[in-house]
Amino acid sequence: MNGSMKNKIAEVIEASTTQFTAQCYELYELPPLGSLVKTGDIYGIVAHAETTSIEPNRKPIARGKDEASEEAIYQENPQLLKLLRSDFEAVVVGYREGDRLYHYLPPSPARIHAFVYLCVNEEVREFSQSFGFLNILINARLPVPSDELIAAALRQISQAHEDGRKFLVAAGKELAVLLSGQYEQLKSILGRLR
Amino acid sequence: MTDRLGIVTSASLDRGVEVRLDTPVSVEDMVVGRYVSIEGQKRRFFGMITDVSLGVTDPRLTINPPDVADPFIAEVLAGTSTFGTIHVSPMLTIGGDAGSLLEGPQPVKTIPGHFSVVNLASEQDMELVFGKEDKERFHIGNPLDMETKLCLNLEEFVKRSNGIFGKSGTGKTFLTRILLIGMLQKSRAVNLIFDMHNEYGWAGTSEGGPPVKALKQLFQSRVAVFTLDEENSRRRGVSTDFVVRIGYDEIEPEDMVLLRQTLNLTELAVEAVYQLRRRFGRGWIQNTLDMEDPDEVKQLLEELHIHESTFQSLKRGLATIRRLPFIEPHAPVDAVGRVLDHLDRGLNVVLEFGRYRDITAYVLVANMLARRIYAQYQERTEKAMAGGAAEPTPLVITIEEAHKFLNPEVASQTIFGTIAREMRKYNVTLLVIDQRPSGIDTEVMSQMGTKITCLLDNERDIDSVLAGVSGKSELKSVLARLAPKQQALIFGHAVPMPVAFQPREYGSAHSYKDLVTTEQVEKDIEELWG
Repeated sequence: MNGSMKNKIAEVIEASTTQFTAQCYELYELPPLGSLVKTGDIYGIVAHAETTSIEPNRKPIARGKDEASEEAIYQENPQLLKLLRSDFEAVVVGYREGDRLYHYLPPSPARIHAFVYLCVNEEVREFSQSFGFLNILINARLPVPSDELIAAALRQISQAHEDGRKFLVAAGKELAVLLSGQYEQLKSILGRLR
Repeated sequence: MTDRLGIVTSASLDRGVEVRLDTPVSVEDMVVGRYVSIEGQKRRFFGMITDVSLGVTDPRLTINPPDVADPFIAEVLAGTSTFGTIHVSPMLTIGGDAGSLLEGPQPVKTIPGHFSVVNLASEQDMELVFGKEDKERFHIGNPLDMETKLCLNLEEFVKRSNGIFGKSGTGKTFLTRILLIGMLQKSRAVNLIFDMHNEYGWAGTSEGGPPVKALKQLFQSRVAVFTLDEENSRRRGVSTDFVVRIGYDEIEPEDMVLLRQTLNLTELAVEAVYQLRRRFGRGWIQNTLDMEDPDEVKQLLEELHIHESTFQSLKRGLATIRRLPFIEPHAPVDAVGRVLDHLDRGLNVVLEFGRYRDITAYVLVANMLARRIYAQYQERTEKAMAGGAAEPTPLVITIEEAHKFLNPEVASQTIFGTIAREMRKYNVTLLVIDQRPSGIDTEVMSQMGTKITCLLDNERDIDSVLAGVSGKSELKSVLARLAPKQQALIFGHAVPMPVAFQPREYGSAHSYKDLVTTEQVEKDIEELWG
């Protein structure tokens, strides 16, 4: 439990069947693009992240003209940490029911204010035993190009595996089957896996 | 299991089965001519790989190839976007139930279902199809790239006329020697071998090696060596059993027909032969050659309506025959009688031609002897049919340069054409050895039971060997890719399906022991159990 507590990074502020948006507890403490996160029993892959002003109508203004470093800006203006927010979107790629993992959409979406955790290596390995999530990523409507996201996700997941290259080859083969008619896309993803 | 190759992706009885290879299987390990088994739902299929190809899921892959210098990309694409396929010709099936297991392999009448698993044929599979070495089956070699023994049922083999083909130097003679040894041990048939190049009697040559032992050295008590050239045989250290002499009076007009091409005789000259034979009877050659007096000649020619130049051309031809040293006005001992005598005792006869290797001598002698032996067999078989006597021992006559006897022009007139066509009715069959099968009459080719062919590269030769075989185009690709030495393709009556094989070793001390001990052991067993 301690481990999960440590990995608690954000809270759901918007949720649908296919994706959820979460706000990070700490400014800039965003999970990397493509990393596996979970909220409740639902698993998602980080597909997009942004840091904006908390007031949609008030844009931040430049403050560093007389500062020596970027760090100094935040030190001089501690209120900034409270006026800015880091949000990320995650594509729902599966869920857990009892002991079983399913690589397809859950029956109901995540709850607002549910905690979001970054999955630990062990969990990533368990989740990536099957490549069912690749098909969801290929077909999802994403805020970033799907080639980029798929490649990023696979790179992230491969880091949790002892033999990362072996995992990537297996995933690549799965992609080659899924994208058998879209060679250009396959080529661009494979090019981003290295 | 490493023997799994892939799965069936499409099939048609007509065009064969397409198999997509599994990822770990390398296309480069698949060779044409290998055997595979396909596990259908209800039955198993046996087939031969007849083509290997590469496939891609997306044609753009071939237009804009990926960067295969990157091992990662190469590894990912292998077996997925790019894959190997093999084309298999299904040949036999075995049903799954007990009844069909007993029946053994049957010709294919259907195809395996989608995604049936394809394996390399195992040793057991091959044994199921080709049988084990036993009283009738003789180990002639190994299927390509396999340890299994390929066994040929020789009792079945000798029931039809058979052919061995292949370019010069592809191992026809070695293969023939192995088959002859097999027949000698495993079938009831006796062999009469017209041995043009002195390869089968005592010792044979091997390219770039010491001479190899031939039949008589291995089976002293079962083989008799006859010779036309005693001096030559003696020089080679061959102990011969009989020296063959041919008398003029034994040569018939039919023999001249065969010699028309080699002696450069005209059609009319051959016609004249028949007239002369009618006129002079058995002594026609002697009489014709002895005729010196111009008046006498003129009178004769006028009587028989033979043109002077025709007569001269015939006379030149006959003089060529007379010059053959083994030809005498009258043979002291009847060669045919001697041959038959040996054959009747179950002895195999090898007739060596010694130095007389020219085609005239070979065609003349082989045709003459075969014709008269066949006549004897015919008579005896007919008697046996009438219930008067025992059937004669089945006889296999081996001839080399067969296209000289069986070309379309003469096949209908020579005794060999008759034997090939009438098959085993009279217990005589042929073993034809030839390097130009396209020169052999198509009717004769179509009557051959089993054909064994080493590498052929002339399109017409390949076509004529494979004429009428089902799956011809597939076999063609196998045949054209045989190694230039010591590989052969066998198909036809005596084998359940075509198979490319490597003939068993012949020529080392150890190989002789192998060949002979099987016989010895069997003999011992027979003696022991009566």
